[in-house]
Amino acid sequence: MKAFNKNNIIQIIILVAIIIIGNVLVSVGIIDSYIELNIVLIGINIILAVSLNLIVGFTGLFSLGHAAFMSIGAYTSAVLTRNFNSPFIFAILMSGLVASLAGILIGIPTLRLKGDYLAIATLGFGEIVRVLALNNDYIGGAIGFNDIPQYTNWNYTFIMVVLTVVLISNFVKSSHGRACISIRENEIASEAMGINTTFYKVLAFAIGAFFAGIAGSLYANYFYFIKPDSFGFMKSIDILVMVVFGGLGSIPGSIIGALSLTVISTLLQSIPDLRMVIYAVILFLIMLFRPQGIMGDTEFRLLNKKEVKHNVSSKGK
Amino acid sequence: MSVVKVSNLSKSFGGIKAVTDVSLEVGKGEIIGLIGPNGAGKTTFFNLLTGIYLPTDGEIEYDLNAKVLSKDFKPHRMTQYGVARTFQNIRLFNKMTVLDNCLIGFHNGMTYGVASSLFRLPSYFTGESETREKALKLLEKFDLLDKKDILATNLPYGDQRRLEIARALAADPKLLLLDEPAAGMNPKETAELMELIKWIREQFDLTIILIEHDMSLVMNICERICVFDYGHLIANGNPDEIQHNARVIKAYLGEEAN
Amino acid sequence: MEFVIQQLINGISLGSIYALIALGYTMVYGIINLINFAHGEIYMMGAFVGYALTTFLGLGFIPSLIISMITCSILGILIEKVAYKPLRSSSRISLLITAIAVSLFLQYIMVYFVGPETRTFPEVVDSERLMLFDGKVILDTRNIYILGITVILMVLLQYVVRKTKTGKAMRAVSQDKDAAELMGISVDKVISVTFAIGSALAGAAGVLVGIYYNTINPLMGSGPGLKAFVAAVLGGIGLIPGAVLGGFSLGLIETLVSAYGGSIYKDAVAFAILIIVLLLKPSGLLGKDVKEKV
Repeated sequence: MKAFNKNNIIQIIILVAIIIIGNVLVSVGIIDSYIELNIVLIGINIILAVSLNLIVGFTGLFSLGHAAFMSIGAYTSAVLTRNFNSPFIFAILMSGLVASLAGILIGIPTLRLKGDYLAIATLGFGEIVRVLALNNDYIGGAIGFNDIPQYTNWNYTFIMVVLTVVLISNFVKSSHGRACISIRENEIASEAMGINTTFYKVLAFAIGAFFAGIAGSLYANYFYFIKPDSFGFMKSIDILVMVVFGGLGSIPGSIIGALSLTVISTLLQSIPDLRMVIYAVILFLIMLFRPQGIMGDTEFRLLNKKEVKHNVSSKGK
Repeated sequence: MSVVKVSNLSKSFGGIKAVTDVSLEVGKGEIIGLIGPNGAGKTTFFNLLTGIYLPTDGEIEYDLNAKVLSKDFKPHRMTQYGVARTFQNIRLFNKMTVLDNCLIGFHNGMTYGVASSLFRLPSYFTGESETREKALKLLEKFDLLDKKDILATNLPYGDQRRLEIARALAADPKLLLLDEPAAGMNPKETAELMELIKWIREQFDLTIILIEHDMSLVMNICERICVFDYGHLIANGNPDEIQHNARVIKAYLGEEAN
Repeated sequence: MEFVIQQLINGISLGSIYALIALGYTMVYGIINLINFAHGEIYMMGAFVGYALTTFLGLGFIPSLIISMITCSILGILIEKVAYKPLRSSSRISLLITAIAVSLFLQYIMVYFVGPETRTFPEVVDSERLMLFDGKVILDTRNIYILGITVILMVLLQYVVRKTKTGKAMRAVSQDKDAAELMGISVDKVISVTFAIGSALAGAAGVLVGIYYNTINPLMGSGPGLKAFVAAVLGGIGLIPGAVLGGFSLGLIETLVSAYGGSIYKDAVAFAILIIVLLLKPSGLLGKDVKEKV
C-alpha cells in the first residue's frame, strides 16, 4: 500500500484544475464580487460545519460554542495581519493554533460533563469569550475591529476547504477517529477497550477548534471588519443546524448542509422583513421531515476513493 | 503461579457494603466462576477488577504483563495491564461495523500517531493494513468474517455476545472477565458458548473469570467456583465441593424453617 | 451597608423574574428533557400582552397579569402541540434546534408585526418610594409587588405539584414516562399542563418586568431567557426548589457584580459561575449526582 497511487494523482490533478478554473473565472469576471462573496461564505461555513461534525457528529460531544473558536481565530488573524503585518498564511496557521489551544483549555475541564450539561457549559464559554471580546479595547471592544487587510480570496478559501475536508476525513477513518466514534457509541465500553476517552475528547475538540479558527481567519480577512456579536450563540446554532441538516457523522452531509443553508440564507436576504421568520420555519420543517439529516451518516467516497485494501491470506483456524 | 491476588478487598457506597473483605487468588490458566444471588456483589467485584471502582479497602494485585496494584487502576489502562472484559448488558459500538468494533479492540496495538492519521503518512498504511489483517483473522475464528461489514446493532443476539468476546480478545489480554456471557441464550447457544470459552482459553492462553447464573455452564467449564452472598465470599472450591457446601445451599435456598 | 441593602433589594426583584422564568424551564426539562429555548419568548409575549391590555384596554395591573398568564399558557400548549409533539421521538439535538426555531419565529414575527423598537410600559402600579435608613435606601412599592406576586405564584405552584392529582401525575411522568402511561396517566395531558403552568409563570414574569423596568421589545426574551436557564441549571435542572434558588442567587450575584463596577462583565460572571458549579457539582446545587450503572 503506497501513500501515492494513481487515484491520489488524479484527485490532485482535479483539485489543481478546479483552482485554475476558479482563477480564470475570477479574472474574466464571470465570478464577480457578489458570487465570490457567496463562495467565500459557503467555504467558511463548510469548514465550520465539517469541523463541528467531528466534535458533535463523530465524537458525540454536544457543543453549542463553536462560534467562539471561530471568533478567537478571527481576532488572532485580524491582530496579526493588521497590527503586525504578518503574512496571511502565517496568520491562518496561528488562528488555528490559538483556537485549538483555547479548545484544549476549555475542553480539559468541561469534557467531563455529558450531554446537555456539556452543551450548556460550551454555550457558557461561548458567551464568556464574547463578553471578554466586547470589553477588550485592544481589539476594538463592542465597536469592532476595523481595517483588516482583505487577503481571503478564491484560492485561500478553496485550499482551506479541501484541507479541512481531507484532513478530517483522514482522521475519522483512522484508528484515532474510530476511537472518537467509539466514545460516541458507548463510552464505558470504549474505556474498557483501552481508549483514553478524555484524551480523545480533548483531541476532537482541539482539531475541531483548529479548523474553526481557520474559518475565523478567512472570515476576518475577507470582511475587513469583525465584531464580537458576529460570533455569538446564534452563530454556533447556525453551524449546528448545518451539521444536523447534513447528517450527524457524515462529512459530505456537512458540506451539503453548509452549502444549502448558506444559499437559503442568501436568498432570504431579498426579503429582509420576513427573513428570520422564514428561516425559523425552514429549520422547523427540516427537523420535522428529515431529523436524521439529508445524508444520514453515510459517507460517499469522493476524495478518498481508495480504502485501505485488505485480504486474508491465511485460511483456517 | 497466581496471576491475580485479591486481598481483603472491600467496597462500600455510602453506607452500603457491596463487597466485604474478599480475598482470592487466581492461578494462571484457570477458569473461575463467580456465582451468587442477584445483588451479591459480583458485578461490583468485576468493576473493582477493571478499575471502574477503586476499592474502599484492601488491594488487587495483577501479575499479567507486569506487576500492578489496584491503586494504579484506570478503566482505560486495564488492557495494557492485560485485562479485558465483556459486559452484562452487551456494550457494543452499535453504529459501527463488526470489523470496526473489532479494530477498536486492537487500538492499543496501533502504533501510528495522530499526525500520521491526518496526513496519511506511510506508518498509517502499514499500521492499518496489518491490524486489519489481524482483525479479519480474529473474526474468522469467531465465524463473523462474512458479517464484517454489518453494523453491530443488526447482528443476532448470539453473534453480538460473540463479537463482544472477540473484541475483548483483540486487546490481547491475559485475563478475560466475562459478565454473564450466557444471559439470554437458549440451551443450544449456551452449549456452543461453553465450547467457545474452553477453546479460547487454549487458543489465547487465557485465565478466565466469569459471572454466570446458568449452573450447567458454570459446573461444566469452571475448575473453581467462588460464591458471593451479601458482598462476602462465602465459598471457594471445585464444582463438587460447592454443590455440597452447606452455606451455599443456605444462600441459594434460604434458611430452613425450624 | 445601606448600599448593600439597596443592591439586595434590587437583586431580589431581578431574582424573582429569573426564578419565575427558570421554573418553566425546569418543569419542561423535568418532563420531556428539552431545553426549551423558546421559553424566553413566551416571557416576551407575556410582557406584550400585558402592555396591550394596560395601554389599549386600560385594564388594571391584576386583571392584566391574569389575562396575560392565561394567554401565555395557551401559547405554551400550542407551541408544544404544533412544534414539539411531532418530534417527541426524534433525537435531542433535533428537538433543541426546533426549540430554537420556535424562539426565532416568535421573536421575528413580533418584530414584523409590532416593530423592533422599544416600548414604554404604562405605570399601572402606584410607585411609592419608601425611604429607609434616612433615605439612603429606597424601597419601591414595585419591589414589594414583584416579590409578593412571585411568592404567591410559587406557593400556588408548590400546592399544585405537591397536593393535587395533576401534580402527582406530573411527578410520575417526570420519573418514568412509560410506567406513568401504564398506570393510566395521560402523558400528553400532563405535558400540556406542564407547558401551561410554566408558560403562565413566564407570562407573569413578563408583566412584572414591564411594570418594573418599564421598557419592552420583541427581542427582550433571549437574554433573560438564557439567564433563567442558567439559573435553572445552577439550582439543579428538573427541580422546582432548584429553579427558585438558582433564580434568586443569579439575580443577587448579577446585581452585586454590577454594583461593584463589573457591570460590563455581569453576563460573563453568570456563565462563569454556571461552569464552576457544573464542574464541581454537575447536577446543580440541589441535584443528586447519578452515575451510569455498569
